[in-house]
Amino acid sequence: MSLLRRLLRDPVAALGLVIVIFAVLVAILAPWIAPYPEDAFESHLLQRLREPSVEFPFGTDNLGRDILSRVILGTRNALAVALSVVLASTVIGIPIGLAAGWKDGWLSDILMRLTDVFLAVPQLILALALGQLMAPGLGTAMVALALTYWPFFARTVFAETRRLRGALFVDALAGIGAHPLRILLLHVLPNAAPAILVRATIGMGFTILTAAILGFLGVGAVPPSPDWGLAVAEARQYLPEAWWFPTFPGLAILLLVLAFNLLGDGLRDAADPRLRRSRR
Amino acid sequence: MTGPDLLRVDGLAVQLGRASILDDVGLVIRPGATMGVVGESGCGKSTLLRAILGILPRHARIPRGAILFEGRDILSDQAASARGRIGFVPQDPYLSLNPVFRAGTQLLEVMRRHAPGNRRQHRAKLIELFRAVQLPDPEGALDKYPHEFSGGQRQRLLIAAALSCDPALLVADEPTTALDVTTQREILALLRRLASERGLALLFVTHDFGVLATLCEQVTVLYAGRVVESGLTRAVLDAPEHPYTRMLLACHPDRAADLIGIPGTVPAADAQPSGCRFHPRCPIAHASCATEVPPLLLTEDRSVACPWHHEPLPEMAVV
Repeated sequence: MSLLRRLLRDPVAALGLVIVIFAVLVAILAPWIAPYPEDAFESHLLQRLREPSVEFPFGTDNLGRDILSRVILGTRNALAVALSVVLASTVIGIPIGLAAGWKDGWLSDILMRLTDVFLAVPQLILALALGQLMAPGLGTAMVALALTYWPFFARTVFAETRRLRGALFVDALAGIGAHPLRILLLHVLPNAAPAILVRATIGMGFTILTAAILGFLGVGAVPPSPDWGLAVAEARQYLPEAWWFPTFPGLAILLLVLAFNLLGDGLRDAADPRLRRSRR
Repeated sequence: MTGPDLLRVDGLAVQLGRASILDDVGLVIRPGATMGVVGESGCGKSTLLRAILGILPRHARIPRGAILFEGRDILSDQAASARGRIGFVPQDPYLSLNPVFRAGTQLLEVMRRHAPGNRRQHRAKLIELFRAVQLPDPEGALDKYPHEFSGGQRQRLLIAAALSCDPALLVADEPTTALDVTTQREILALLRRLASERGLALLFVTHDFGVLATLCEQVTVLYAGRVVESGLTRAVLDAPEHPYTRMLLACHPDRAADLIGIPGTVPAADAQPSGCRFHPRCPIAHASCATEVPPLLLTEDRSVACPWHHEPLPEMAVV
């Protein structure tokens, strides 16, 4: 709780938190608050590319769909992708970090070299290649993102496990016969929790951005789903006349990614008071 | 043997892989007695303590020897719980407590295992102990996290933790090396007072002869995993007999007019010399020293593992 209090004392991080909470609420309530929820899939060719007006605050797109509705509906997509990718990355990365950090030996070496290999794979190129191999789509993009993001969690947890495995409290637990799994999960992992939380938060923003780029490149979400990156890509051929078409989905990406980054930075400072002076 | 022994280590050997860390180590502590263990870094002091406490590294083996505490062999699984009556004050107070749990949570968990009574009694007892070790804000300390204490406070906290289960023996691993000099003095005075008030026996590992002289009636000197000399601290410090002890004491800045070193270094644990482990560095080594392990000889006031202990040392080089 003191972590939250310290976080809220930092206005920039608090702003990030507010935007993230707002985005989550929008995502949950999307079908009810979007003015034209059916515009996710329907098109109205008679009203295509209308300027922003009272009726359509963000204007309409090339198929006559309300852009405000599609930005709202797209929030759910963006958050769901980010959350599943980060979750999958922790599920892969944390056990590998714990196992590799606990004992020296061939298993540890293999796991950490494997981590290094995955760390060296360029995210976008892997996603493009997977998109060619499998069907291009959101699922493929998510697999590619998770495959390239778990090494960060593995390294974080590995470092913390290495630091603590020789600690006296760990020896004492082993001395009274506690199982290594119990020591690792209940006593060592909580020490890494702040670092994992920070990494996950920044990873959310990072994933949203990369997913948008993949949508833009055509290996992420497929039409007609309301995806922000996809919308920016579709808007290219109607520029510069239909300026509102890419602007509002683009702003949504910017705002949410920025919010996650601010929140992540704020969390890092709040979790580690020694770093607090590093930022003015 | 006269009188019951509280702790008796007999012919203890500890191996880490192929390295012999301890070999044929013996020592005896009677109830209420104070014993110091000295030696250079790497001589096996900490391993000896860890064997007594049952927290040796996972890959360590004990091929020979026994550790009897209150007459029970605590190396056997059945009697391992007898260790609840051994309190431990660690060298480094920093990572002895898990940083993510409150001090009280961790201390109470130990008491739930080893001390009679319920949680409320345990809390009351800890607060009383915090007062005894002069920890500031004894009531609030239970709810603080380890990083909210200073180094000296954390050491006091750990001394209280070591006393929380009414131990008969307090084992301390250089508990003052991580602290500054003034705090060191206070902690030592505290340990001495608590030990005499509560009739505790004390096993104290140190490489500080000053600490040894003020705190311990008896001393055991280790070299490369073996006992080289043991006896009353006064006698050993005033007239050391084993060449190693003699040279070690001559190295002490307070005692020597000129600083003198011992040539060579402590042998690596996986390359121990044959015979007497000190013979390659010993100025009075005889030919047999390289082949025969010298037995502990009983003299009038101590035992010493050197048959040539009455021979004078040659004039030593000034460093």
